Amino acid sequence: MRRIKLILAVLFMALASAPLGAEELDMNEYLFGHVGDSYEWHITTVKGHPVSIPLPVIVRSKTSGWHVFSSRHLEEGIHEGFYISSSEKNSGKIVERGPSGEEIRPLDLSITKNVAGLMFNSALLVLLVLLTARWYKKHDAREEAPKGFAGVMEMMITMVEDDIIKECIGKEYKRYSPYLLTAFFFIFINNLMGIVPFFPGGANITGNIAVTFVLAMCTFLAVNLFGNKHYYKDIFWPDVPLFLKVIPLMPLIEIIGLFTKPFSLMIRLFANILAGHVMLLGVVAVVFLTAKLGFAMNAGLSAISVLFGVFLDILELLVAFLQAYVFTMLSAVFIGLSRQGD
Amino acid sequence: MSLVTPDFGLLFWMTLIFAIVFFVLAKWGFPAITGMVDKRSERINESIEKAREAEKMLSEMAERQAAMLEETRAEQGRILREAAQARDAIVTQAKQQAQDEAAKILDHTRTQIAAEKEAALQDIRCEVAALSVDVAEKILRDKLSDSKTQMDLVTRMVDEITKPAKPS
Repeated sequence: MRRIKLILAVLFMALASAPLGAEELDMNEYLFGHVGDSYEWHITTVKGHPVSIPLPVIVRSKTSGWHVFSSRHLEEGIHEGFYISSSEKNSGKIVERGPSGEEIRPLDLSITKNVAGLMFNSALLVLLVLLTARWYKKHDAREEAPKGFAGVMEMMITMVEDDIIKECIGKEYKRYSPYLLTAFFFIFINNLMGIVPFFPGGANITGNIAVTFVLAMCTFLAVNLFGNKHYYKDIFWPDVPLFLKVIPLMPLIEIIGLFTKPFSLMIRLFANILAGHVMLLGVVAVVFLTAKLGFAMNAGLSAISVLFGVFLDILELLVAFLQAYVFTMLSAVFIGLSRQGD
Repeated sequence: MSLVTPDFGLLFWMTLIFAIVFFVLAKWGFPAITGMVDKRSERINESIEKAREAEKMLSEMAERQAAMLEETRAEQGRILREAAQARDAIVTQAKQQAQDEAAKILDHTRTQIAAEKEAALQDIRCEVAALSVDVAEKILRDKLSDSKTQMDLVTRMVDEITKPAKPS
């Protein structure tokens, strides 16, 4: 209790020393700047100057071919004919001027903040899993169980495999186990890194629809490429009265169902993680939004916002695990349905 | 930037990165771990099975031991009973024998005593006869002149004396 009081006192002092009555906070830019993608990795702003890591911009124009340059040049304005659009349609994207003056989007393969985060987290994941695998190469796992980090990894891997994969798929689980484990840990580590508020965390990766789209697509392929006869018969010629098949109502519904399943996977993960980020950002924004209400109001509401932030952070830890678990479990269930009767 | 329209660049990179991650982890990562974990759980199952067998064997052995103990105890009782019987028999027999022996010795002694007594009586009779003759002679010497009549008388008298003294 004394420790909590001490922490609160320090927080109050820190808040009191912050410059009050700073410029108005642009909520829109603040929110979308944090949950969206960007060409450089903004870390913090010191004395009005943004501190950010420049990332490579890779674009291919239809007229002038490939261009690779640092995103630092974009701050200065137009570079090699490219600039960041501020128009309604292409807001925040790199565009170039067409011959008639209209904005054209080039083929954009830039290493953006999300791509960089993705690379970092993936490298971390590969490192962690391979380090764990190395333990098994160096030890006789039949004689001893791993301790420490490898033990934690083993516990999680066996949990996913025993509780989700074996349970939902059944006999042929071994074939799908590597994919589902990869999906689980990939989502989990990206969710966790998204909660970390500073570099190299903080990129809203699993709350980006492109990322969840690819993951859902992988599940879609895993389900439909390896589905058995029984599964396809159920889609195109289900056990329903004949008139429902002659006018292909049931097959139509089943085919729509094929796509709604991965679609729900994509939206669920995306929306949950995005909502978590937005909630956290909103709670933190209270500190800045109440700055012009005077010291007492600001300090009081800031304390509440910090407490809420702690609560939400812990909630997000749960969500990070839960969403990885749910995605993996539903994928396993869909795969299990495609292998029924085997 | 729109939130709900997937950006092509990110799609491209995500596909590439996820494919690489999947490839690496599926080749060198997870199968190595899950395979070993499976092997270990197999081994644990085996060990449990073995332990169960050993336990079963142990309980069987304990049962057998108990049975053997029971058997031995029964045997012991039987042997003790038999020994007691044999002892009793021997004692009885020995007693019988001793009694027989004693009876035999007693018999022998008794006949001997009887013979001795007879001999002693004979001796005494002869002595008495001689003594009587002497006495009678001394008494009759004066009264009887004829020696033959004297002798007849004496014999008849001695017989009369000795007859009732002699037991059948």
